[in-house]
Amino acid sequence: MARVVVDVMPKPEILDVQGQAVSRALGRIGVSGVSDVRQGKHFELEVSDGVDDETLHRLAGSLLANPVIEDWTVTRL
Amino acid sequence: MSPTRVGVITFPGTLDDVDAARAVRIAGAEAVPLWHGDHDLRGVDAVVVPGGFSYGDYLRAGAIASLAPIMREVVDAAGRGLPVLGICNGFQILCEAGLLPGALVANAGLTFLCRDVVLRVDNASTAWTRDYTGGDELLIPLKSQEGRFVAAPDTLSELEDTGRVVFRYRDGAPNGASNGIAGVTNAGGNVVGLMPHPEHATDALTGPSTDGLGLFRSVLAGVTA
Repeated sequence: MARVVVDVMPKPEILDVQGQAVSRALGRIGVSGVSDVRQGKHFELEVSDGVDDETLHRLAGSLLANPVIEDWTVTRL
Repeated sequence: MSPTRVGVITFPGTLDDVDAARAVRIAGAEAVPLWHGDHDLRGVDAVVVPGGFSYGDYLRAGAIASLAPIMREVVDAAGRGLPVLGICNGFQILCEAGLLPGALVANAGLTFLCRDVVLRVDNASTAWTRDYTGGDELLIPLKSQEGRFVAAPDTLSELEDTGRVVFRYRDGAPNGASNGIAGVTNAGGNVVGLMPHPEHATDALTGPSTDGLGLFRSVLAGVTA
């Protein structure tokens, strides 16, 4: 078994309204100096050793992320 | 005697402010619109934080709205005893703002629930339930995706031991809420939050009952415990 992390983030060219809303809220709690916030998703998967990278990218691209608007990275821990 | 003035806050994404204001008027009070970006409660006698999807439920439902300028004023005024009612998303906002304990998380079934539920009034001494009698049963619409009330075990014990559970689902919580809790109050009894929508049960033409009117009548001037 292996622990795999898939991080999904909105593509840079996609307006991340959620991240922007979080960014503006930071000012309300008195935090300055943060110029940009982008919000994504972090998945932790327990996978058997037989699952190869191609399969991991396929599941990421077909379920965990929407390739039209999101990029993802696969990291084996 | 001039009518009781009840403020109703509008955030970006709020959708039940109009119904809440209407419920306030049906109950016999004056509804005062309040804007999320203002540091001004306009001298109201009570505040309703209505339902909806403030800030699109970004980050966590109620999280960003809880930091809005108007909420600074609400938190301060609530500390001085001002009656504050949070309905659905408003309940989530009050929890995120620290005015009420616990949190609202995704329904146990992971589906959006939209149905009429029977609530039992377990505490009829809060600022928002004085018009009821303990044990009263109310038919009120529930419509939420993240309506499951949860809290740490010691917090739950404290709420139960001190009578701070205000409303409970009579027939079991359809969303899996801990102890069947639909609404709670703060230690002072002036801040109440509940997940179902009493403002949708104030007119026989559009609601399943008029059982929700009691909440809005409870804060009328001259109403005493």
